[in-house]
Amino acid sequence: MTVLVPTSLDEVLSGLADHAGATLLAGGTDLMVEVNEGHRRFPWPDGDTTVIALGRVAELSSWTYDQAARTVTLGSGVTWSEIEDEPLLTVLPALAEAARTVGSPQIRHAGTVGGNLATCSPAGDGLPVLAALDATVSLVSSGGRRSLPVVEFMVGVKRTTLEPGELIESITVPVLDGWQGYSKVGVRNAMVIATASACVATDVPSRSVRIALGSVAPTIVRCPDAEAHATANVDWDALAVASDVAREFGELAAAASRPIDDHRSTAAYRRHAVGVMAQRLLERAFPGVVS
Amino acid sequence: MSEHYTLHVNGVDHEVRDAWVGENLLYVLRERLGLMGAKGACEQGECGSCSVLVGGRLVCSCLVLAASAVGEPIVTVEGLAPPGAPSDVQQAFVDHGAVQCGFCTPGLIVAVHDLLDRSVEPSEMEIREELSGNVCRCTGYGRIIDAVQAVAVARRDAADVAGAEA
Repeated sequence: MTVLVPTSLDEVLSGLADHAGATLLAGGTDLMVEVNEGHRRFPWPDGDTTVIALGRVAELSSWTYDQAARTVTLGSGVTWSEIEDEPLLTVLPALAEAARTVGSPQIRHAGTVGGNLATCSPAGDGLPVLAALDATVSLVSSGGRRSLPVVEFMVGVKRTTLEPGELIESITVPVLDGWQGYSKVGVRNAMVIATASACVATDVPSRSVRIALGSVAPTIVRCPDAEAHATANVDWDALAVASDVAREFGELAAAASRPIDDHRSTAAYRRHAVGVMAQRLLERAFPGVVS
Repeated sequence: MSEHYTLHVNGVDHEVRDAWVGENLLYVLRERLGLMGAKGACEQGECGSCSVLVGGRLVCSCLVLAASAVGEPIVTVEGLAPPGAPSDVQQAFVDHGAVQCGFCTPGLIVAVHDLLDRSVEPSEMEIREELSGNVCRCTGYGRIIDAVQAVAVARRDAADVAGAEA
């Protein structure tokens, strides 16, 4: 086994060109648990024993705000600690809210947005937000770059379209103009894996309501029926929603979920919980008085 | 790199030889370097008893691949104050009865130093949130919070005196 600690993206890419089967180590908060518990053994099943640690690559740990395009591009190595605080808190409030619920301060200092996406757990806290905001992911290899919507990148439980030799370089997140928020239920307020989660994001100028659900399907779920229902029935001038509209929004969101029974909860509870969260999030997004 | 590497811990370079490079930092600190301050319990980042600073950031050492921490300053509880001369945080834990069985204490001490370096006047809610990754099963946290607040007050008073004298 070999550990490479590159300090530039070029070094990472040449390492990947030499070892396409290398394991990429970002914050380590998922991978090291597997190593510690013996679920990941060395050498890897494909025979490559190289680990490329990404923590020292400056290009991956910075972010930029393109005010003209109204997008924030997050390097894949940006940590949850950075996302939960200003200045990102103001531009990407739902992602910051999700960030604040990731693990503990220790986990947020290490864990990264790119690692969250690469692990692609259905319970990944950042993922419903990235899906609701129509974020795109940029992948890079020694052969070039490609980008695709995050909802196409996530294909199953802990499965993505990342190819051997490829690396998540960045995630580009549209900056919307409207309320957005993230909600999550679990057994504690802190340090908890989501039993169910939801993100609602609105864009008032384009009259758009988006909702994405976590922990209730193999991957993050967008709910087109709920989105269309809300978009057509909220009062965009008063920013208000009638209680029956919000309730139906919750029911449509719950209907879009495909939860399972497992050691953390039951399908029935998860379906109920995402419906309640969806309804409450919509009511927070549209707090005005119904005329 | 797979043969040996050097870690910079508490201001001193330590060579790690003949070790499997998949070892986590907690294991290397304890079993290779003999630094027994950081404790191991869950080995999955849930309990915080292994908290250390790597590159100035509070992390769970059980989730750090030790060989990836080369070139970064690492501070463990042993590096916060010399033996026999406790830091203000350590003394406050003693004074306020914030230590019972003591297993979580080293991780908490490192976490509280980090918290008070970043926040001079933390509210109780902020303290609870910042220490949410350090699990203590004995104290119920009340005395820990008392100790943190006492240090914050003492540091502000000391800063006021220093400011008045300047």
